Amino acid sequence: MAVTRETPRVRRIRLRPPDWPGHVAGQHVDVRLTAPDGYTAQRSYSIASPPSQPEVELIVERLDDGEVSPYLTDELRAGDLLEVRGPIGGYFVWPEHSGTAVQLVAGGSGVVPFVAMLAHHRTSGSSVPVRLLYSARTDADVIAREELRPRPGSAVVLTFTRDAPADWTGPRGRIDRELLVRHSAPPEQSPAILICGSTPFVEAVTREFVAIGHAAERIKTERYGGMGDTS
Amino acid sequence: MSHVSRGFSGRRRDAPAGRLPPGQYDVGDGFPVLSAGPVPYTEPDEWDFTVQGQVDEVRRWSWQEFKQLPREPVTVDIHCVTSWSKFATRWEGVSVETLLAEVETAGDYVLAFSDGGYTTNLPLDDVVDGKAWVVDTYDGSPLEPEHGGPARLLVPHLYFWKSAKWVRGLVLNLVDEPGFWENFGYHNYGDPWKEQRYAGD
Repeated sequence: MAVTRETPRVRRIRLRPPDWPGHVAGQHVDVRLTAPDGYTAQRSYSIASPPSQPEVELIVERLDDGEVSPYLTDELRAGDLLEVRGPIGGYFVWPEHSGTAVQLVAGGSGVVPFVAMLAHHRTSGSSVPVRLLYSARTDADVIAREELRPRPGSAVVLTFTRDAPADWTGPRGRIDRELLVRHSAPPEQSPAILICGSTPFVEAVTREFVAIGHAAERIKTERYGGMGDTS
Repeated sequence: MSHVSRGFSGRRRDAPAGRLPPGQYDVGDGFPVLSAGPVPYTEPDEWDFTVQGQVDEVRRWSWQEFKQLPREPVTVDIHCVTSWSKFATRWEGVSVETLLAEVETAGDYVLAFSDGGYTTNLPLDDVVDGKAWVVDTYDGSPLEPEHGGPARLLVPHLYFWKSAKWVRGLVLNLVDEPGFWENFGYHNYGDPWKEQRYAGD
């Protein structure tokens, strides 16, 4: 196992789970920690690596009042054993056979399942047009910067909610209706829409997508891992 | 079996003894929101609740009729499969026992269905005898849409995905039909005390 710094608050954990059965982009694992007296705590974390990569990568943001994430970001180091279970989840996954454009929308560390999806899009040679709209606080908070570089067939639009770089010419501020109209696949394309982030983020963005004419059944949501863990 | 995680001692150990199922933590005053898609906003005058499927006669209650049914306050601990638990949550609503009181059925299984297309399956035995409710009030106020309003199922002895938000009725079935998350690898029954999170647990 290896742990590397992704941003000041975020670490990337590379694992080689024995007997890993393979996964689908968008799935997560459950990480379980056990104290010496047998007390356990477990949380779900999205997989950031594509199915084609033998190592499984997690990207974990430190939540200051969390129980598991501070251990993973501050304490865990190469050589430690980590108990993981997975892959889990078959719902919030890359729409392999959608046949239409795919629109991804991430707030903060909600981008992690999309890192896996964009890598899968690239490595599988998919011709489905995919767009990611990614809201980060500041430039220093951007996760997976290299992997999210736009390339043919996949567009990435960043917006900064706190501070943008001095030379930034792209959008600023929270994702609102105007930003969606300007930077996301329009309803005429009937895109498959996947939204991941904090609960307020997901609620707000979902409402705007419905308001500009996207069908509710085309929208899948996830709140920070699994069915929506918040810590 | 679990190995000890070097350097991990655990932080949240203040839960009352015997109330926290294995692998869960006490979320305290928070109330996380989970759902698979957009929140449906159904007005009470567009809402009804039906009991259908293998029944002698379909039963239907409008919002007004539902509000006239005998009501119960319920204070229970709830346990989400994503590992948070919340103690002593206060709800009010109608017991499923009351809704099924006059229904004759040969079915042993229930599929709850909701606005937005969500479903979840339960054995009939797990929703009768005061084990489940259709609640429209949380902590003394009308249930917010993001928490399942106008009304949700409440089945506190199972993981909380069984407590379907935005519930609109129950289908009584002769055979057990997996619901939404049950089709995506989650456990068919979901007992938090046996840690039945995923299929095969």
